[in-house]
Amino acid sequence: MIKNLTFLKPNKESLNLYISLGAVFFVLGIADISFNVFGFLPIWISYFVPLAFCFLGLHLIRIEFSGNKTLDVLNKNINSDWFNAILTIFAIFLLIKFIPPILDWLFFEATFVGSKKEDCTSDGACWVFINVWFERLMYGLYPIKEIWRINAAFIGLILTVGLAFFASAKTKKYVLMFLIFVYPFIMISLISGGNFGLEWVETNAWGGLALTFIISIFALTFCFPVGLFLALGRRSSYPVIRYASIGFIEFWRGVPLITVLFMASVMFPMFLPEDTYMDKLVRVIIAITLFESAYMAEVVRGGLQALPRGQYDAGKSLGMGYWRMHLLIIMPQALKLVIPGIANTFLALVKDTPLILVVGLLELIGMIDMAKTNPKWLGFAAEGYVFAGFVFWIVCYAMSRYSISLERKYKTDR
Amino acid sequence: MKIKNFNLGLGSFLRNNPKLGDFLPQAVTLFAIIFIIGFFTFNAQTNMDSRGIDFGFGFLSQESSFDIQFSLIDYDGSHSYAKAYLVGLLNTLLVSAVGIFFATLLGVIVGISRLSSNYLISRLAEIYVEIFRNIPLLLQIFFWYFAALRALPLPKEAISFFDVSFLTIKGFFIPKLIWTNFSILFYSFVAAIVSIVFIYVYGKRKQEATGQRIPVFLISVGLLIILPVVASLLGGVSLDFGIPELVQQSETIFNFKGGINIIPELMALALALSLYTATFIAECVRAGIMGVSKGQKEAAASIGLTPGQVLQLVVMPQALRIIIPPTTNQYLNLTKNSSLAAAIAYPDLVLVFAGTAMMQTGRAIEIVSITMLTYLSLSIAISIFMNWYNKKIAIKEK
Repeated sequence: MIKNLTFLKPNKESLNLYISLGAVFFVLGIADISFNVFGFLPIWISYFVPLAFCFLGLHLIRIEFSGNKTLDVLNKNINSDWFNAILTIFAIFLLIKFIPPILDWLFFEATFVGSKKEDCTSDGACWVFINVWFERLMYGLYPIKEIWRINAAFIGLILTVGLAFFASAKTKKYVLMFLIFVYPFIMISLISGGNFGLEWVETNAWGGLALTFIISIFALTFCFPVGLFLALGRRSSYPVIRYASIGFIEFWRGVPLITVLFMASVMFPMFLPEDTYMDKLVRVIIAITLFESAYMAEVVRGGLQALPRGQYDAGKSLGMGYWRMHLLIIMPQALKLVIPGIANTFLALVKDTPLILVVGLLELIGMIDMAKTNPKWLGFAAEGYVFAGFVFWIVCYAMSRYSISLERKYKTDR
Repeated sequence: MKIKNFNLGLGSFLRNNPKLGDFLPQAVTLFAIIFIIGFFTFNAQTNMDSRGIDFGFGFLSQESSFDIQFSLIDYDGSHSYAKAYLVGLLNTLLVSAVGIFFATLLGVIVGISRLSSNYLISRLAEIYVEIFRNIPLLLQIFFWYFAALRALPLPKEAISFFDVSFLTIKGFFIPKLIWTNFSILFYSFVAAIVSIVFIYVYGKRKQEATGQRIPVFLISVGLLIILPVVASLLGGVSLDFGIPELVQQSETIFNFKGGINIIPELMALALALSLYTATFIAECVRAGIMGVSKGQKEAAASIGLTPGQVLQLVVMPQALRIIIPPTTNQYLNLTKNSSLAAAIAYPDLVLVFAGTAMMQTGRAIEIVSITMLTYLSLSIAISIFMNWYNKKIAIKEK
């Protein structure tokens, strides 16, 4: 009995026979997934035929130390035992079932050219929707003839950042200072206008992806220093400062951002003197800054705690005061340790900006919400969300990759 | 360095008077905090006076006069605002619990898959994590609600699961469980769990004292099955199913009656929350398993433990110590993120209370504070528990 079964146990002697036999079974199984050759069988059996075929095929080619390099690598990575074989079949099944329809919808059956809804006749996605609304999605309700101002502001930003990258160490300092302390004001006055002969554009008209970036950039710039001070405050030896910082951090970390935004839109105006008016965008940026700085503080605190006591002692023994010691010795090391955490906080901030939708500011996702309810363009929600998802994904993925490269660059052994 | 010259004379003055040096910064901070709070309170007072609003929580007992689409407890417009708050809170807790359950399930599977030796599986898991982690949650909720679930069929052509559950554009209709004498079953379960705790403690003490082990696990499973079954047979517990049926409401409108309807808002929200949070939980699980050093497993194997015992007694306790704190943090995040429900009109705490109730009463300060305090107390309760747990499981070094 067992002797008869040995032909099922692949061996090295008749390698080619087993490989070809296994490959045939495997291909047959895969082909059956898409063409359902055995459809005439009862449904429960026909479901399992491709599985069984693939399994048998993988079993036949599972030959250890076969001498064939490709086969060995294959076996090691996807076919090391029967359990892995089943997982592999499962993964291939998923890929075959889902990838082609998705690709069809995205590219092969999609419509790319046209100017109105009726141009989309195929089954796939209607990218015409994105094409037509592109300017709105990027710039919101900003007046079309003034759009060059937003472009100029962002191109200037990119150029300055690029300059900061490639400048020599000496000029770099000044470029960075310019970037942090001067450029934001240039950017705001360029976009909002009202002076230098530029037409005033209300913040209500700002929107789209540009608004996402504006809010992110400002909140990032502000939340970092606030977070640093809060982290230092939480580790301070003065009880009043310590408990004030703890209370502040735990409060903002304990509430959802959406309630913070509600607070910014309905409670802030009540807390200000009667006849003062603060722009909604400013209130929202303040709210997001306070919220994220609490998270930033906790990240920085993690870095401060990870530093050995010896670093503090060494700083003090050199006669340094509190601020000089932190600026020159503690912070550079602590921040280096928590680069991934800082990057995660920044990422969370960018991903949180769409929430400003609830207080009526329309950035990218808000604009898509508006476009998809336009009577002329009903029924293109999926295209809009896929596009926005793609944009956000690129931004966030690039940020996380950049943080990994930074982490590697500043990694030092201790 | 430039910083060397940065000296206003204040520093040396304070260093010469250490008592004052301790006192001054704290006094300044305290004064600033009191000033800011006082300033805000004063402004709020004058603003409310000029608008003719007075501060108070009396409105909570007034009749709410709005309906809520989905409620776990008995509620309609004639109930009070306090009850509406409770409905919202329960809905928030419901979607959080469902989300946490599925996120944990998926997160553990994906986290382990990422460490799999199978190239295809680990790559698929990685792609899933990288895609879903880097897209804003709000966008995912919108996608599932406005794009994916809107493509579901009308009730007449519902996708049926074994003819007892139906997936339609109006929600997922599942059978309702109708128990008779449910309390008997419930109490027998409670009794079983209590006795299991006692047996566990007794077994542990006995093992520590004498080295003998009693099969706690087998006894527990036995108790958990036998006690409720015996109680049900004696107490006459029985179970009926209320299966949803298609009902014609008018010429063209069909809908399902009977059973439980899981509304599409709840489905979209739970789906998006679990898919999003699962990516973070997967990373926690992966970090935890990778954090147990190989030497631990080898040492355990070398003293003769079986692979099962190695996993149970050596690897898991250490991995869980790394996994549990960040995972709890993710649970907390999920609960807070469930407030995004307001964007797709799932009646959670934010939509019901900070939305509808605030529009009706106009009491911005009271309502936003109550909402924030609710979430705050939830998070503080969980972080207190986490601190206690961290202290308990921390490695006690000598």
